[in-house]
Amino acid sequence: MSAAAGAPREWPDRVALRFALNGRAVDAWAAPHDTLLAVLRDTLGATEVKYGCGEGVCGTCTVLLDGAPINACLTLGVHAQGRTITTVRGLAAAAGAPGTAAGDMHPLQRAFVAHEAAQCGFCTPGMLLTAYALLADHPHPTRAEIRTALGGNLCRCTGYTRIVDAVEACVRARQGGDRA
Amino acid sequence: MYLPPFRYVAPRTLDEAIALLREHGDDAKVLAGGQSLLPLMMLGLARPGVLVDVNGIPGLDRIEADGDAVRVGALVRHRAVETDPRLRAACPVLADAAPLIGNIRVRHRGTVGGSLAHADPAAEVPLVATALGATVEVRGAGGARDIPVHEFFRGYLETALGPAEVVTALRLPARGPRMGYGLAELVRRSGDFATVSACAVLGLDGGGRCTHAAVAIGGVGPSALRMRGAERLLIGQLPGDRTLDDAADAVRAEVAPESDVHASADYRRAMARVMARRALGAAVARAGGESRAAGPGAVRS
Repeated sequence: MSAAAGAPREWPDRVALRFALNGRAVDAWAAPHDTLLAVLRDTLGATEVKYGCGEGVCGTCTVLLDGAPINACLTLGVHAQGRTITTVRGLAAAAGAPGTAAGDMHPLQRAFVAHEAAQCGFCTPGMLLTAYALLADHPHPTRAEIRTALGGNLCRCTGYTRIVDAVEACVRARQGGDRA
Repeated sequence: MYLPPFRYVAPRTLDEAIALLREHGDDAKVLAGGQSLLPLMMLGLARPGVLVDVNGIPGLDRIEADGDAVRVGALVRHRAVETDPRLRAACPVLADAAPLIGNIRVRHRGTVGGSLAHADPAAEVPLVATALGATVEVRGAGGARDIPVHEFFRGYLETALGPAEVVTALRLPARGPRMGYGLAELVRRSGDFATVSACAVLGLDGGGRCTHAAVAIGGVGPSALRMRGAERLLIGQLPGDRTLDDAADAVRAEVAPESDVHASADYRRAMARVMARRALGAAVARAGGESRAAGPGAVRS
């Protein structure tokens, strides 16, 4: 049995966090009840991570935790301790394309621009990160698989068609590259 | 985006977690994936004073399969259930149910143990566990015990877990030869909880007659329910279209759903019949080895 059983427990009201944000080590103080979304937006100024529903449904706060898409709104900041967080700003660098740095555009982002896949743009970071995670697992998804994969990300402007078009175009361009 | 403050502790052992739960009683909640608990807290529907975070306890995230059974640790994420090849081979119905859960973000965090302990009547893990007659392994101050799934779920969001007990694993029978399963669910939007869901598991003998039949329906009561009347109609029969229709009709008669904002009781009853029929059809096709006819892992509409 641990020390918890006998001695009174200390309940720290703040925790020193250190994790990698888009390839750079960051430090932040967080209360245990601070969500990762609050830590990213309020403490670290990473306002590219959007706050939508706060219930894990809309997908606009999607970030990658060690490469896996998660709800930043339903993850505690303390769960980022020692881990790797990628936001849309780190997408190009995360893909590891030569010569890319934070702020550069990933091919998915260029496809979104080319296909005018953003209207108000609020869902776009989450859409891009979800699409990125899909392509990391399944490099050549069908259109139906793309639609299924993006099914958990809501967009209230575009009707989704151009978003799916953009991801599909990116897949096709990649297949062209594979054959070349 | 903001949770009400709580005291937070991340024990490194199960014993420590159990001691904390004992100490804080009803004021404490176990935090696993957080994909159900944290939304409840965001909405003000739950306000625990202490969260006991079990994510750092080693050994709870294993998947173990021997010939007869699969043991899925409580901290196994839904995404691992979806992608682990051993689990898919041993218990394909659970692997096929996993992608129906929430969305990809929820599946990367949400856990099997959390889904069981949360006990939503429309959730997929409890549905499959009920159809398979699974066993929930729990541990508390008095030691470990096994709870058959039909005793585990007590009502809407209620389980047989004691206040200082933690789910440690879900144990499922491995798929046997000539066993087939089917899953079907009705959802309004991708990722929603099902309005009505069905899971059927059938075993056939050499002559093609049903030796085992389990039909579970979710979304029609306080927890997923076995359809004993429909199952009796299947046992000993050749599961042709007429027999499956009769069993599905029996499901319609057996369920007693309530109306709510999502669906009327009549609609739920009608859809319970439809989902049960689809699940049964897929189960027969798979039990007969006709994987082609079984089509995709789960039928969703």
